[in-house]
Amino acid sequence: MTVPIIDVHNLTKSYGAVQALRGVSFSVDEGEVFGLLGPNGAGKTSTVEILEGLRPPDGGLVSVCGLDPQTSGNAFKQEIGAVLQSTALPDKIRVNEALTMFASFYTRHRETDGLLKRFGLEEKRNAFYSQLSGGQKQRLALAMSLVNEPRVLFLDEPTAGLDPQVRREIYDIIEELKHEKKTILLTTHYIEEAERLCDRVAIVDQGRVIAYGTPRDLKQRAAGTSRIELRLARPEPEEALRGLEGVADCRATDGLYLMHSTRVPQTIVSLVKYLEAQGNELAGLEIAAPSLEDVFLELTGRRLRD
Amino acid sequence: MRHSWTLTKVRMRLALRNRAFLFFSLVFPLVFLFLFLGLFTRGNVSAVPYMLASVLALTIMGSFWGLSMQLVTFREQGILRRFRIAPVGAGAMLASSIASNYLLTLPTVFIEFTLARHLFHMREWGNLWGVFILVTLGIITFASLGLIVASVTNTAQETQVINQLLWSAFLFLSGATLPLPMLPGWIQSFALFMPATYLVVGLERVLIAHVGAYAIRAELLSLAVCAAIAFAVSQQLFRWEPESKVPRSAKLWAASAIIPFVLLGIWETSYGHVRSTATTDFMSTVQQAAPRTRGRLRMMPESDAPPSTAPPDADSSDAPK
Ligand SMILES: Nc1ncnc2c1ncn2[C@@H]1O[C@H](COP(=O)(O)OP(=O)(O)O)[C@@H](O)[C@H]1O
Ligand SMILES: [Mg+2]
Repeated sequence: MTVPIIDVHNLTKSYGAVQALRGVSFSVDEGEVFGLLGPNGAGKTSTVEILEGLRPPDGGLVSVCGLDPQTSGNAFKQEIGAVLQSTALPDKIRVNEALTMFASFYTRHRETDGLLKRFGLEEKRNAFYSQLSGGQKQRLALAMSLVNEPRVLFLDEPTAGLDPQVRREIYDIIEELKHEKKTILLTTHYIEEAERLCDRVAIVDQGRVIAYGTPRDLKQRAAGTSRIELRLARPEPEEALRGLEGVADCRATDGLYLMHSTRVPQTIVSLVKYLEAQGNELAGLEIAAPSLEDVFLELTGRRLRD
Repeated sequence: MRHSWTLTKVRMRLALRNRAFLFFSLVFPLVFLFLFLGLFTRGNVSAVPYMLASVLALTIMGSFWGLSMQLVTFREQGILRRFRIAPVGAGAMLASSIASNYLLTLPTVFIEFTLARHLFHMREWGNLWGVFILVTLGIITFASLGLIVASVTNTAQETQVINQLLWSAFLFLSGATLPLPMLPGWIQSFALFMPATYLVVGLERVLIAHVGAYAIRAELLSLAVCAAIAFAVSQQLFRWEPESKVPRSAKLWAASAIIPFVLLGIWETSYGHVRSTATTDFMSTVQQAAPRTRGRLRMMPESDAPPSTAPPDADSSDAPK
């Protein structure tokens, strides 16, 4: 039995009338990449920033590296590294200056040249922050979060708003950190990100953890439902398809129908019958194993992203 | 301490890369210097130290604007919260504001001094030790007052507005731009409650009468206590987050920074010598002046009247809080 490096128990937080967290609990083991997956407004940033000591919780117990983020002050800050949801630095600070300055704040710190090299910022070392691209800024934020060799790394939506190629670059970096057995708490609203990077995932929605486990376990929990994607020769109303046997839900986007079914064979049979009766035809059909998206859909009746 | 120094260096670099900052902290004071020493003295060398006192005071008071704006902008843009994750305290952040202001203002003061002596032929250096102490304390105090404003405002725009108001008060109600004895009586009474007045009068004393630090101890003490209170209060009120708002009690706390000057003002109003010494220094300058200049400068001092012992007039209730 190992003691979890992050332990969150029944965390609550409100902003005025908005209840952002309604009793969030989970724990993260050392060396694990843990994901908080949920749609915008689910409470991911609130959770992470309470763990970073940036926001006070209203209630619940929080421990990071055995310390209370609210009361442990600098001893706590020495142990953690973080990429905030949006990092801001002065426009006229040079890449190298920012990194060296932050490194100097910690008693234990890495050599900054190595970090610049590793994050592909060597040629940009003398560039102003304002001259960097979005991807470069994010790599600098990652480099800055590692200057103190943190025991725990918090990454709040590290790839949000980046284009796919840059996103893959960041994935590679995070996978590398994962191989080094770094403990990472990552938040995301991208399914692929959670499935690809995380050892365990907590799915959060409206301030609650609604599912919790390894991506594989979670998907098996949703094994009862499979995803059916189909294209039709002529459009059909969603409600009609939703009424077919075994169908849990159905949504149409740009001529693509996405259905979830608990009994695939029956669904297919009744679909074919229905289309025949309408004089319509199938233009394409795909049946896929469930993803975390489907888990979310099954649990909430909503899609993660719209 | 070490973190303050790191932050100081970085913030100085950032300020030096900012054109507006360079203009206001270097070009602007030098324009004042040439205007005051070049034009207003009309080649009359004995008026140079008097004018230099005003120019130095303006330069020092400029630290009031200085890096407090930078701090508010940092907070507003969410830059401060990145520092908050690291083991950096509010104290280090605030101390770096003052230290970087000091180090950025000192060269300007030095240039002004050197130009006054060598280009405008000021006859003597004045009491240099006294000048140094007063300049140092002055910058620290006005920078701390800037931090107070930063701590009770939410946006850079708001800070600008409050700064403008206070700045105008510093300029026109203190004898920094016009000699104190030339100002109307009620402004003179009011000026006794302004930190700026004691800075200007102190500078006049060390530059013209060559007195040492001991002779201006009341001024120095008030500046020091004011700076200490302002620093402590702004540390107490420090906010890292863009969305955290000023607590209601904050404005009262902030106002407490002027307590030393309220006390000094009350004392000066009853027993003080500031107005009479200011008049002496002024008159000694005027009397040494060439006849044509004397004629001009003599026009105004209507205040050979004894220092008023009455409490400051109703107008002074508008004192900046
Ligand atoms: N500083 C704040 N003030 C007021 N409401 C906030 C604040 N931060 C977050 N919220 C609200 O709390 C809820 C959770 O937000 P957040 O933790 O940012 O979620 P996520 O990171 O998952 O998008 C949202 O409804 C959001 O509008
Ligand atoms: Mg968020």
